[in-house]
Amino acid sequence: MLRFLGRSVLSLLQYLGELAVLFGETCRALVTAPIRWRLFARQLVEVGFRSQLVVIVTGAFTGAVFAAQTFFQFHRIGMESAVGAVVAVSMFRELGPVLTGLMVAGRVGAAIAAEIGTMKVTEQIDALRALGVHPIDYLVVPRVMALMLSMPILVAECCGLGALAGYLIGTKVLGISEAYYLDTMLKFTGLRDIKMALSKGLAFAVLVVFISCHQGLNAKEGAVGVGRAPTEAVVIGSLAILVVNFFLSFALNIIYPAGV
Amino acid sequence: MIRVRKLHKTLGSQEVLRGIDLEIKKGETCVILGRSGCGKSVLLKHFVGLLQPTSGEVFVDGEDIARLPERELGRIRKKVGILFQSGALFDSMNVGENIAFPLREAGLRDPAVIEEKVAEALEMVDLAGEQEKMPENLSGGMRKRVGLARTIVSRPECILFDEPTTGLDPIASDSINHLIRRLQKRLSVTSVVVTHDMKTAYHTADRIAYLHEGRIYFLGSADQLRHSRDPVLQNFIEGRSGDSD
Ligand SMILES: Nc1ncnc2c1ncn2[C@@H]1O[C@H](COP(=O)(O)OP(=O)(O)OP(=O)(O)O)[C@@H](O)[C@H]1O
Ligand SMILES: [Mg+2]
Repeated sequence: MLRFLGRSVLSLLQYLGELAVLFGETCRALVTAPIRWRLFARQLVEVGFRSQLVVIVTGAFTGAVFAAQTFFQFHRIGMESAVGAVVAVSMFRELGPVLTGLMVAGRVGAAIAAEIGTMKVTEQIDALRALGVHPIDYLVVPRVMALMLSMPILVAECCGLGALAGYLIGTKVLGISEAYYLDTMLKFTGLRDIKMALSKGLAFAVLVVFISCHQGLNAKEGAVGVGRAPTEAVVIGSLAILVVNFFLSFALNIIYPAGV
Repeated sequence: MIRVRKLHKTLGSQEVLRGIDLEIKKGETCVILGRSGCGKSVLLKHFVGLLQPTSGEVFVDGEDIARLPERELGRIRKKVGILFQSGALFDSMNVGENIAFPLREAGLRDPAVIEEKVAEALEMVDLAGEQEKMPENLSGGMRKRVGLARTIVSRPECILFDEPTTGLDPIASDSINHLIRRLQKRLSVTSVVVTHDMKTAYHTADRIAYLHEGRIYFLGSADQLRHSRDPVLQNFIEGRSGDSD
């Protein structure tokens, strides 16, 4: 039992170490190697632009259902007008970033791990190296930059659509007064909540992109190896988002405190 | 040009290379023969630093590259090109873009010049006009020849060929054999050719090395190999497994 525990801790530490090395090399490449703008643009379309639909649908439906549930509860104690504040604040501070992170981990993380993993086992990464191109410069850096730029925007879209859907459901369907709804919503949500959403988005982008690039670059030979890379990228990425989100919420709450 | 000393390589639990000593001279064509799985591809990858030896030294142009960090190997790889056994084409690019890749990386920008060099390289491997095809739509032999075109297009001083003719029809094989010869004669390219095709070996080799059980078992000219009395070499040349039915 103790030995099993020790081994798990060791492999976790080794994994974190490998991620840290990848992170370090990427930072170095960002500074020293020329940036490949063309690849960056292509990735931006792939990971950012094409993820919008998924993220918007997620945000809108979450906001809508959240508004409805909050209304059902608050209605009984006559606090319907608080629905707007509850929906907006939780969308911005928690749901928006986490849901966007999870959707992106599923969609983009899997794609990155599968693509890089396939290149690894078909010797394409060796071919890059043999032609004097560092795989980090060519494969990792453009993806890191693209995701770090897109993710805050995606989070903003998700939160915004969530708040809007909540507003529409609350006022048009459930009959809360529009003025009240807007008033409480704007009173309790502010710049601090938006900053928190964007900071979390940035943090989750870093998690997703490094975890999936690492899985791809370390893919094992054969169909099983390549198949495992995206699966693990999604599982590890999603778990990492949920765990890190917990700690980030506390840490960021000190920087951008909630409330009036 | 390339010299390895006491090269050992362990992969997993298997000691693949057990002390290789070999020197490839400038301008020569050295053929490396050996049974399938004896470590020829592994050895070749050490010559450009794609693998790091467990112990031993690899010199390219007098510089020990065995412990060189990845970023500094770029310099070596401008001089030494490698053709992968699988071709290793980039499957996100079409044939033309694959071949243009090394040129673009070398800083060439003029599309007309690139196009001309790509067409010329494709011509050399008998695939003129196939620029637009995607790698997944090529046959195995075509992929290998496109890989070859990508390797020679940037005119490296030294080219490592990993089984350039395996999987090709006899006519295409012959034209690749002539191409290797021509590269040596006209552009004085140093070549290392890994193969089990005896025809390729006899046609292209200045010297032949035979890799056996992780060591260089034989090193000499084609004639010396042909007239050797050694049973291991004879069985390989004649293609005898010793089985009977
Ligand atoms: N990444 C690896 N991990 C573990 N073992 C490996 C790895 N790559 C190669 N090997 C082993 O090293 C040995 C030599 O492989 P190599 O590919 O060099 O053979 P080869 O001589 O090129 O054979 P062929 O003529 O079939 O291409 C094989 O037994 C193989 O199992
Ligand atoms: Mg091989």
